[in-house]
Amino acid sequence: MQIEKNAMAGTLESSDALVTVEPGEGSVELEISSSVMNQYGRQIRATVLETLDRLGVTGGRVTVVDKGALDCTLKARVECAVMRSCGKSDAGIPWGGVIR
Amino acid sequence: MKNAVGREIPDFLLEGGKEVYQGKNYMDGKYVQKAAPRTRIYERPQESKIVETIADALRQCGARDGMTFSFHHHLRNGDFVVNMVMKAAIEELGLKDLTIAATSLGEAHDPIAEYIEEGKVVGIQTSGIRGRMGQVVSEGKLKTPAIIRSHGGRPRAIEAGEVHIDIAFVAAPTSDCVGNSRGIGGKSNCGSLGYAMTDAKYADHVVVITDCLVDFPNMPASVEAIDVDAVVVVDSIGNPKKIASAAARISQNPRDLMMAENVAKVIASTPYFKEGFSFQTGVGGPSLAANLFLEKYMDERGIKMGWAIGGICGPMVELLKKGKVGKVIDVQDFDLDAVNSINQTPGHYEMSASQYANPANKGAFVNKLDFVVLAALEIDTGFNVNVLTGSDGVLRGAPGGHPDTAAGSKVCIIVTPLIRGRMATVCEKVVTVTTPGDCVDVLVTDYGIAVNPLRPDLIKCLDDAGIPHVTIESLKEKAYSIVGRPDDVQFEDKVVAVLEARDGTILDVVRQIKPYTFED
Repeated sequence: MQIEKNAMAGTLESSDALVTVEPGEGSVELEISSSVMNQYGRQIRATVLETLDRLGVTGGRVTVVDKGALDCTLKARVECAVMRSCGKSDAGIPWGGVIR
Repeated sequence: MKNAVGREIPDFLLEGGKEVYQGKNYMDGKYVQKAAPRTRIYERPQESKIVETIADALRQCGARDGMTFSFHHHLRNGDFVVNMVMKAAIEELGLKDLTIAATSLGEAHDPIAEYIEEGKVVGIQTSGIRGRMGQVVSEGKLKTPAIIRSHGGRPRAIEAGEVHIDIAFVAAPTSDCVGNSRGIGGKSNCGSLGYAMTDAKYADHVVVITDCLVDFPNMPASVEAIDVDAVVVVDSIGNPKKIASAAARISQNPRDLMMAENVAKVIASTPYFKEGFSFQTGVGGPSLAANLFLEKYMDERGIKMGWAIGGICGPMVELLKKGKVGKVIDVQDFDLDAVNSINQTPGHYEMSASQYANPANKGAFVNKLDFVVLAALEIDTGFNVNVLTGSDGVLRGAPGGHPDTAAGSKVCIIVTPLIRGRMATVCEKVVTVTTPGDCVDVLVTDYGIAVNPLRPDLIKCLDDAGIPHVTIESLKEKAYSIVGRPDDVQFEDKVVAVLEARDGTILDVVRQIKPYTFED
């Protein structure tokens, strides 16, 4: 899956995260800010990168504004933003494939 | 040197005979030489002590560089007085190298952060520190480490001469022309003035600042004219909306109520729950809701509460009016119901901070306390509690009466949700120890109850009552299974705050925050 256009998922509510994806060439450029950065910054980065990798995203700009979301929430928001960016969120979500 | 809660205390803080925390009751039986203030003699009768401005009062009291000014926090987040006084001292009199010794500080005092950055304020001694001030101190911008004390530790330190107050400022909702001050009867009422009492007795000079001048004599006075040098009348000492909230409501949150019910169950399972028992609770959601469930058990057993202490709010006043508690003794009021009740409702009395919680006097109220129910930002597997630093290491809380009531009471119950957002409340090691684990007895969370192994008697009580409980380690693992195992917060070496145990030994230090990086 590739990021084709700008897309967002999530909110800035407590325990959620707002994920924005933008198309880009080459590598993934990841920017993270978080209310729990000191204790979970590394885990948030690992979770987001793993999710992008699973979706097969190899390039683009990804911005995460985290408000203390659990890992499951972060994964869901990243998946949704990527799906929206390539027009797969209405139909064609690969349930049981890369989304599991 | 490592102290009794396993915290490394740097040697430079132990110069001059300061000791590290050794465990509770360490000072028992030792003697203290009390300090005395140097006060001015006013033999010639004065018709009035009113002076025009705060700057005039400062001049009259001989304010100069390097002095320590004291304040009390009954006006809470509505307080104007700290900022008014510091502005006059720094901007009108041009003073510098000042120390603020306050019973607590909050977001209302954000402007002080600038004086810290400019180096005009070089010392902070307080219970609470939050907002911009907490931020700049955590960034290492205060010249000397801030000293954080509990509400009982502060009057102890003042009486022992460890804090010498040059000028105490009393924010008085009413005062007469010679300084008899009360917390009621004006337009910025706060009820009790308990935290100001020790300051007024031990300061060299005392200035009363009021926005409601009343006829002499303003009785019964909380701060007495015999200790007051000057009275300043200003337009407003605070924002009444932020001084006392509308009646504190009991939470409707089912999670809070479940925890509160379990707190009441634990209390009712102990032998101390009998006619005339004593109780203190905080005003947080589940702590306050414990009142409701406790009342149910009291009715069932046909017993009454003998007395309650603390920061007081409406639900406790309600119990007093219903005759379900004999006396309420009050150091601070949190809502209008409590403000309007103190010294009005029969059985509702005022007390000083020393009388409330000082470990070095001959019997503070906390020492007679059966139960206290408290909250926590974090609690670790050693039952050590943090109520001061956030998960990012920044100062944003207050020990308040937490360590005092925990140490004095027969049963100290901490009630807190297992996780808050992604933060594990029950953790391996708290960022800062504000209440040592040897004073904490029971933890009630939404995922289970844990009893401190130091209290086998309470474990037996719970078992006999059929109340399930687990180890605190299992609660911690449960929390980490949901939110993940947190990395340790990274700090610089510089000590920005010293956390004094209530007996004056050093419990922990807070170090300068380090900007976060992804590198190891």
